[in-house]
Amino acid sequence: MDHRPQAWGRPRDDVYGAYDHSYLQNSGPKQATQAPIVTGTSVIAMKYKDGVVMAADNLASYGSLARFPDVKRLRVFLDSSVVGFSGDVSDMQFLDRHLTDLSIDEAYEDPSCTAAPNGKGHLNAANLHKYLQKLLYKRRNDFDPLWNQLLIAGFDGHSKPYLASVDLRGTSFTSPSLATGFGSALAQPIMRRYAETEEDAAKLTREQAVEVIKECMKVLYYRDARSLDRYSIAVVTKDGVELKEDEQLEKQSWAFAERIKGYGTQTV
Amino acid sequence: MTSIGTGYDLANSIFSPDGRNFQVEYAMKAVENGSTSIGIRCKDGIVLAAEKVITSKLLKQGANKRIATVDRHLGIVYSGMIPDGRHFVDRARDEARGWRDNYKTPISTKDLAGRMGGYMQAYTLYQSVRPFGITAIIGGYDSELDTPVEGEVGSGPSVGAGGKVEGKKHGGPFLYMVEPSGLYWGYYGAATGKGRQAAKAELEKLDLSSDGESSLTLEQAVKEAARIIYVAHDDNKDKEFELEMTWISGADGPTKGRHQEVPEALRKEAEKYAERMTAKDIEEEEETKEGGDKMEE
Repeated sequence: MDHRPQAWGRPRDDVYGAYDHSYLQNSGPKQATQAPIVTGTSVIAMKYKDGVVMAADNLASYGSLARFPDVKRLRVFLDSSVVGFSGDVSDMQFLDRHLTDLSIDEAYEDPSCTAAPNGKGHLNAANLHKYLQKLLYKRRNDFDPLWNQLLIAGFDGHSKPYLASVDLRGTSFTSPSLATGFGSALAQPIMRRYAETEEDAAKLTREQAVEVIKECMKVLYYRDARSLDRYSIAVVTKDGVELKEDEQLEKQSWAFAERIKGYGTQTV
Repeated sequence: MTSIGTGYDLANSIFSPDGRNFQVEYAMKAVENGSTSIGIRCKDGIVLAAEKVITSKLLKQGANKRIATVDRHLGIVYSGMIPDGRHFVDRARDEARGWRDNYKTPISTKDLAGRMGGYMQAYTLYQSVRPFGITAIIGGYDSELDTPVEGEVGSGPSVGAGGKVEGKKHGGPFLYMVEPSGLYWGYYGAATGKGRQAAKAELEKLDLSSDGESSLTLEQAVKEAARIIYVAHDDNKDKEFELEMTWISGADGPTKGRHQEVPEALRKEAEKYAERMTAKDIEEEEETKEGGDKMEE
């Protein structure tokens, strides 16, 4: 009998002929993540005069399968910032744990910091965005990207509302309104109608901003096949973060669907 | 100490013939000379307090904190050699972080006390090390809620987390004290350092063990903690000191389950109360003394 470990579990050479060991060689470069597996769709966010509103639905898809309908994709950081995750859910979990560690480290330095969102020396949303941008860019350069696009909302060092995005390549933007994934095509134009510039955004009230975000979530549910009608919405203000994680889309009207032709099994 | 000079106190890991480890006893002496720290466990939370003796006018006020945060829900205060305490806290943070990495859930106060007790005890076993010159008080509030597993994305089963027993209380405030020997017990009130005798006497007067009406609330405990530090400081009145206090409440309390510094307003109020009470005590003492003298006459 052949006792070499390489032969364990293989067909016997004397019966089946020599085994083709080229299958066992992993020649070529090391391959890390090549594609996301379980994914979350768009995250959308918009500034208003006293803060930022962000929303994302509660679905994690496995390809086109609506696999997990109860997934929270908005995460609060130090009671003062919100991070919205689209893209790979396992990478989101990794980042979430990492951010938890980071927030505990912050409390080491200053046991009172968790109480005051805009306390001096406290890691704010602008700091957090820069940190995540460096992290994602580093992982891209290692050819092992974290397959996410993130929106970060909160306040900057001057206590002004702050909103920025960073993607799996480390590219970052800031804008009065931002959307990831399908949302950048479907929701962004609607949000720009109300907050084209910083000045426009600074005129919006909280109620208006929430209303626009809800409208965008509805449009996304109508047109994005990887979306869900249950969603989370977060409002970041100077007083902290109000996060609602089990909202239902209201006032849906599918009347427009009657007029759509040319898909699926329709013959006319 | 009769055995001084007999050679049994020269190294760790050597017993004296009468079964003592002198190095550990000397470490406890180091603690007894350190500034006072106390911990109170009341029905709705934990208060940690430290007397910070001001060794120099050049030190910034309120800087150089003596009470450390270990995890969101855990704090440590210690008396004795401060660098030893700093290392102890570092290790506690590593343990808490490691627990989170492994189990995806915060470490319980009991588990942390166990880990840290084991760590202290290991420093009584080897020739190459000396015991820690500190006694540490570990306070924590284990969440009574179904805490989400870290990185958990869904809500989990609608019936909640498993492993719960009907009618049994889960989580709550916990307080432990770890000594240089590695010995640790859970306490309702713990005190260590120079003023520990006076502090313990005061702690024993408080109602900490019952859950009833008369038992201390967290706010009362903050005031009592301040008073006890002031009482314990009485012996060396000439030295200036700062009072440092942190607290931990449950999820529905003022700190939302986190270890935080007591807000300045409340601390000031507690200090005023402490000053008033200690002044009253002294007056009463003097009155009774005078009365006693008269009786003798």
